[in-house]
Amino acid sequence: MRLELVPRGDVSPVARVLSPVAAVAAAILIGGIIVAIMGRSPLQALQVYFVEPLTQGWALQELAIKATPLLIIAVGLSFCFRASLWNIGAEGQFIIGALTGSMVPLALHGSGAGPWVLAAGLVAGALGGLLYALIPALLRVAFGVSEILTSLMLVYVAELTLDYLVRGPWRDPKGFNFPQTVTFDWTLPYIAEGDRLHAGILIAPLVALAAWFVMRRTLFGFGIRVAGESPKAARFAGFSADRMVIAAFCISGACAGLAGIVEVFGQIHQLKPGISPGYGFTAITVAFLGRLHPAGMVFGALVVALTVIGGENAQIVMQLPLDLTRVFQGVLLMCVLAADALVSYRVRVVGGGR
Amino acid sequence: MGVWEAILITVVTAATPLLIAAMGELVVERAGVLNLGIEGMMAVGAACGFAAAILSGSTILGILAAIAAGLVLSGLFALLVLGLATNQVASGLALTILGLGLSGLIGAGFVGTQREAIPPVYIPGLTDLPGGHVLFGENPFVYFSLALAFATLWFLGRSRAGLTLRSIGENHASAHALGLPVLKVRLAAILFGGACAGLAGAYLSLVYTPFWSPGMTAGRGWIALALVVFASWRPLRLLFGAYLFGGATVLQLHAQAASLGIPSQALSAFPYVATIVALVVMSVGRRSATAPGSLGAPFVPDR
Amino acid sequence: MRQMFKAAAAAALAAGLGAAAAGSASAQEKMKVGFIYVGPVGDFGYSYQHNQGRLAVEKALGDKVTTTFLENVPEADSERSIEQLARTGHKLIFTTSFGFMDPTVKVAKKYPNVYFEHATGYKREKNLATYSAKFHEGRYVIGQIAGKMTKSNVIGYVASFPIPEVVSGINAFMLGAQSVNPNIKVKIVWANTWFDPGKEADAAKALLDQGADIISQHTDSPAPLQQAEARGKFAFGQASDMIRFAQKATLTSIVDNWNDYYIARVKAALDGSWKSEDTWGGFDANMVNMAPFTNMPDEVKAMATKTTADIKSGALNPFKCPVYGQDGKEIECKGKGALSDEQVLGMAFYVKGIDDQLPK
Repeated sequence: MRLELVPRGDVSPVARVLSPVAAVAAAILIGGIIVAIMGRSPLQALQVYFVEPLTQGWALQELAIKATPLLIIAVGLSFCFRASLWNIGAEGQFIIGALTGSMVPLALHGSGAGPWVLAAGLVAGALGGLLYALIPALLRVAFGVSEILTSLMLVYVAELTLDYLVRGPWRDPKGFNFPQTVTFDWTLPYIAEGDRLHAGILIAPLVALAAWFVMRRTLFGFGIRVAGESPKAARFAGFSADRMVIAAFCISGACAGLAGIVEVFGQIHQLKPGISPGYGFTAITVAFLGRLHPAGMVFGALVVALTVIGGENAQIVMQLPLDLTRVFQGVLLMCVLAADALVSYRVRVVGGGR
Repeated sequence: MGVWEAILITVVTAATPLLIAAMGELVVERAGVLNLGIEGMMAVGAACGFAAAILSGSTILGILAAIAAGLVLSGLFALLVLGLATNQVASGLALTILGLGLSGLIGAGFVGTQREAIPPVYIPGLTDLPGGHVLFGENPFVYFSLALAFATLWFLGRSRAGLTLRSIGENHASAHALGLPVLKVRLAAILFGGACAGLAGAYLSLVYTPFWSPGMTAGRGWIALALVVFASWRPLRLLFGAYLFGGATVLQLHAQAASLGIPSQALSAFPYVATIVALVVMSVGRRSATAPGSLGAPFVPDR
Repeated sequence: MRQMFKAAAAAALAAGLGAAAAGSASAQEKMKVGFIYVGPVGDFGYSYQHNQGRLAVEKALGDKVTTTFLENVPEADSERSIEQLARTGHKLIFTTSFGFMDPTVKVAKKYPNVYFEHATGYKREKNLATYSAKFHEGRYVIGQIAGKMTKSNVIGYVASFPIPEVVSGINAFMLGAQSVNPNIKVKIVWANTWFDPGKEADAAKALLDQGADIISQHTDSPAPLQQAEARGKFAFGQASDMIRFAQKATLTSIVDNWNDYYIARVKAALDGSWKSEDTWGGFDANMVNMAPFTNMPDEVKAMATKTTADIKSGALNPFKCPVYGQDGKEIECKGKGALSDEQVLGMAFYVKGIDDQLPK
């Protein structure tokens, strides 16, 4: 017995949009069964996992906050992935961005400098991420070294660099020698007083919009897409492969770096070890959940954020273990991927093999 | 047994799980499939292996359970990427997330449980040679990992089936046109990779540090993935890469113990930087490291 | 097949609904107590011991309180998690790791009617207390044991991160060791992780290979003990009694005991006597315990027992003056006959004889 995939000629846009919805429904069903097997109420789980986070104001805010870094990184990564470049080091570029961006407020701490510090920091953050992403890009162009290895290894180097700086030279002298910098004089303003929603969340949709424009409306975006689908055709059309590699990595790194410094300026307000709970890796998932399309990635980032917040809720209200949330996240992802395939292909079960 | 011998043994034991998991992934990638789920499969292998060994009291059953767990998870991955032609990167990541969660659920009941490590197996004659302890005073996993490396070398380079697998990985469209069973071979490769990752997980929880705890894989699945790239998809170079990485890891710990006055973070970063530098040095002058042509691309046969 | 599946799902849903309704009715009058852990409860180390404290609260006061916890909470992203506990009606919330400090302060200001307790930090509010344990007292005792038991005069120390708690632990260990053996050497390896069994094991192996015959650790997994056991050497357990992992190698373990403190604080919150204060307890407050002294001669056992009792009674302070820094100069003594609490809580220097460098 085997599966045979028959491409569907025309896929209606409606089906494309509905497939993720159906996938979420399927994942909820599977998750419900697991919860029931554990002897708990699937309906209550559905309530705390999905309904509450989507119907309460605080939770919607948290969704936006959580989705922000994921979306910014994923949008950048989509340029690499479109060009078939496997940048899996966004986590490192995120950290370096947070680090270089923080150099500005740290250098000017207590100097009374104005809010331009924030703007300068954001630019410095994006620039830092860009330069860090340039390392795997240049190594690939110059020596043919695979970016999978270099980008991943540089994640660990970035983490240790941050660790060294906040424990040593950048440590807050009044912080009882604990590993953290001073709290910055300037941080991104809150959108409403008393809430947690910071201005950084406005950056994410702007980045997504810009990416959409570049990808769809510029020659460069066209080049990236061609390079990914057919390197030969790209060369033929006069796009330099090397330049594409460097450009894609620069965009990707700048986005990751920007996400890092936005997270620090918006949420954390200082540097400390462990500023990223794996955003750079989770964003890879987000990018593919959204089929590398900016609008899709907005959906992807929100879905992943929802599983985090819902999962926390389930731990508090129902004492469901965190690992169950992880299992559910995995199942959900697989369902979305499968649903996507089912929209593109008709599946026939064929008896007997070849 | 001298100090250097002791250090080399540490290197070998640290490199063995990387070697086993990476060798499985190497075969998967040579068949043209990129599976980023190694970390998840290792985690479940570690949990299932430990759980089964405790419940049954048998190490062999533990190892078999770990392999079986790897097979099941990789089978799920194969269903997605082969059966439904889903994106391989995303499917692999989903597998990692699922695996880490599952391992936590499976292992939760075994926190704080102690088990004896698998004793080393000495080979008469060989172990007593000068330096023989390093390669011949080890637990069975080490012997197996070496055998696996040479078997893979032979399989890919000399056997007919290996040639088939490689040509499928290079260009699945023309392999299909030649009548080669693309999906079947890839299924076999993915399952082999899963079994290896499960086994590497069992090594962690039954040999390396004989207990179970959540997150005990600590990113080794990712390192294994990087080592395959480092090796340019060649088994012997993978053997070298795994020992190089293991060696750099152990070396930096020794450098710390000798208190050279270098920040520990810099020393901890050494294995990662050394791997990059080594790869660059090996690549100078020739644009090597060509990945299998069809790596990561979904394949849908036309009828 | 499909029919059967439907029936099973329906039954499961029905059963679940019933359970949910029953659950919510009885939980209403009880006070809710929440815990935030930095690691998984299954680490058998730091977070595991905090969770033991939570379970002790349930056991002692289960008729008056319910408890919940969030595990594996990333420190930089913890504000939402803490606030979520406050929002869901928890009246007393323990945040159990240093990195939760600033987020806890923020949430505490927003929820003035909720009591917060932050472990190992130094920022307090009207409704935010701090607590920590004098782990260094235990380190002094095991330093003495190591000083007596070593034959090579080289001790291996697997450390996690250079924060004051770990640095003061290394210093107390060294002072304890020097008090019985002036020739002792301590070799330190920073694993740069709290928890990675494989790496901790490799670190222990490296130390043993370099001549250490006793391993002390300030990381959370039992892997270093197991390595010592495999080589026929000795080691000390961390956070919980780890003897089950190494029956012949374990000399003792420094045990974190949060049970009494958590029960006392929950009681105080229940009867309205809760106050924001700083608690820093050691042997005297039963926040730090020594596991049974094993695998050592009787005279060493007697010495360790006496030292423990002396520290408990206050007759002995591990950081009694004079304390000499790495450069041999005397450290200014800001406390009464010993280093002050602030000096210990923010410790960022090594004592004489330690051959390692801290990040500057």
